Amino acid sequence: MILPIARTALTALRRDRAALALSFVLPVAFFSIFAVIFGGQRDTTPKVTVILVDQDQSPNSRQFVAALERESSLVVLTHPKAETKGVTPPDYTAATAEQAVKNGDAPIALILPKGFGAHPVSFGPDGAGPPIQMLNDASDTIAPQVVNGMLQKVAMTAMPLVMASQGLSYSEKYIGFFTPEQRKRVDDGMARLRQELAANPNALQSSTAADGGFTGIVRVQQRAVVGENKKSPMISFYAAAIGVMFLLFTASGAAGALLDEAESGALDRVLSSRVTMTTLLAGKLFYNTLLAFAQLAVMFLWAWAVFKLDLFSHIPGFLVMGLTSAVAVAAFGILLASICRTRAQLGALSTLIILVMSSIGGSMFPRYLMPQSMQTAGLFTINAWAIDGFTKVFWRDQPVAALWPQVAVLLAVALGLFLMARRIARRWEYA
Amino acid sequence: MSSPLVPASPIESAAPPLQVVSLVKRFGQVKAVDGISLTLRAGECLGLLGPNGAGKSTLIRSIVGRVIPDSGQVAVFGAPAASPAARASLGWVPQDLALYPRLTAAENLSAFGSYYGLAGKQLHEAIGRCLHWAALEERSRDLARNLSGGMKRRLNMAAGLIHQPRLVLMDEPTVGVDPQSRNRIFEMIEALRAAGTTIIYTTHYMEEAERLCDRVAIVDHGRIIALDTHEALVRASFASRSQVLARFDGSSEAISAWAAARSGRLTDSTAEFTIEHPSEVAALLDSASAAGLQLVDLSLRRPNLESVFLHLTGRELRD
Repeated sequence: MILPIARTALTALRRDRAALALSFVLPVAFFSIFAVIFGGQRDTTPKVTVILVDQDQSPNSRQFVAALERESSLVVLTHPKAETKGVTPPDYTAATAEQAVKNGDAPIALILPKGFGAHPVSFGPDGAGPPIQMLNDASDTIAPQVVNGMLQKVAMTAMPLVMASQGLSYSEKYIGFFTPEQRKRVDDGMARLRQELAANPNALQSSTAADGGFTGIVRVQQRAVVGENKKSPMISFYAAAIGVMFLLFTASGAAGALLDEAESGALDRVLSSRVTMTTLLAGKLFYNTLLAFAQLAVMFLWAWAVFKLDLFSHIPGFLVMGLTSAVAVAAFGILLASICRTRAQLGALSTLIILVMSSIGGSMFPRYLMPQSMQTAGLFTINAWAIDGFTKVFWRDQPVAALWPQVAVLLAVALGLFLMARRIARRWEYA
Repeated sequence: MSSPLVPASPIESAAPPLQVVSLVKRFGQVKAVDGISLTLRAGECLGLLGPNGAGKSTLIRSIVGRVIPDSGQVAVFGAPAASPAARASLGWVPQDLALYPRLTAAENLSAFGSYYGLAGKQLHEAIGRCLHWAALEERSRDLARNLSGGMKRRLNMAAGLIHQPRLVLMDEPTVGVDPQSRNRIFEMIEALRAAGTTIIYTTHYMEEAERLCDRVAIVDHGRIIALDTHEALVRASFASRSQVLARFDGSSEAISAWAAARSGRLTDSTAEFTIEHPSEVAALLDSASAAGLQLVDLSLRRPNLESVFLHLTGRELRD
């Protein structure tokens, strides 16, 4: 009895291609995506984009900048990307670098202050020079660690002359003939170091000091320029990320009503009235957009009520991003429904595409932590553009005007998908 | 049944309600409609009678504009099929229960009414009129999916007539309903006819065609093989001849062989013969007795549309 039951189930599965795809293709697709994300990280450290401002312009600081630029794990920008070919924009200043971090152009900006070249290392008889200013985006907790490590490494390997001169200074100062007075100084120095370590045992264990700076060969003063006052740093990201993923599911489910209506004959009847296929799809798009927006609104209201997301000071941005994201996912749902023949097919195809889009597009794992190739691939998903837009609104506090790239892309996607759906829906129009 | 649906505008067009000329529609290798021509008179009810797969539904869907014919023309009150004018004049009751199951009866009517451009008071009145016509006033707030099969059928019909069309196409509206509900549907159609609505009624039940239709078109293999009143169709096929139906005890092989020898045929254990005069019955019974067959039941009747179909095609209507 057991075998016939298993055989019947197997036969049914073989006939249900949608279920077959879900059973075998989806896990493989998912595994591959996460293998690329995490497997890639093991082989090569993801590159961190760093904006660099050299206010010192001394030989030492230039050497330091050049060494940072040679680091394969960093992408160093000294000026914004050229908007017109052949015209190099002016170098970043401290102010424009800070603004660029706020805009999300890079997670980190480093400012080498005046006088840095004279005293680049944080030890020595002349005392430490001014620290490097590190301006960071608090949403990326990994980049500051990576960049600080690189700074220390570069200080060690790229400035041998500086290190040698400091060593000689030490020798002149402390070695000589070790007179009783010298002995006393060495002993005093050691005692002082012991005292410092006793007073601050974490100084050598953690790279982030209590004052937001890093200790090491070079001194780094860290300051978060984005998100420093946010109560819950990742809430806005996840409200958008998870919200958009579920919007996609809702939209494809709602668009599936088209398939029900086609099956029941209601679609035929509607199309025999004054309603044309274009009107019908536009009506469905309108409804699905409202539904998706309502879902997003509930999600953000919940985030405001429970997780203290600052929704009400970002209403215009929320409306713009909410509606454009909603119309894009609504059009996506209608396209999927027009492609599929049955609800089962729609269920399988939408699960496959939405989960893949969500993993690549940053709904499950922040895109800035992915390898560059995956970040680029993410640009082909609705999730990435929607999340970027919501991040601009809620994380970077950017004005509505700054949302134009996301709005333009999402509206273009909505229009493109809707036109494709309209083309494919011709199969319902006439026999 | 009261409160018939009076067409929205009186029939004043000089053009016939429906004119179909040399219509052809193929699906792959199959010719679903094979050169059908048809003209409807104002206010008449034309029955399309034929077995499943004869091409009735394809013809109806071509008239509604849901099927694009390979050749031929369809004009509704002179307007091409699927044109806005044709859509406004046409009411279609599809064979499927084309309803929104999660909407109430009244909401379904409201939805379809608004698809035809009705709004406000006009829509409200139309809903009331249709609910009354379909005897669903008391169930107007019930979800369509919770209605009985017969009620769903009536709602399905009402949804097709919400905009008071002048020409109504009904595609087997009684499929799957019990005899009581069927009678109710007949009453609704008769009320519609009394109001002067022109109707095309497709069915494979000859009783329905005989009861409801002024003229009957017999459709087979995508063609109209006969079109006239049902009396004229019977007369054309059988003149004044009658049919004898006789049931016998005994093996069906023996009965079949005997019936075939007497130019009759055996259907469902009943032998059928066509005779010119009732006096021929006696000779028939003598012959059966001589063949050793024992008579159980005997009846004499006037041939019906099913007989006509059988006569014209050599096949049963329900084959």
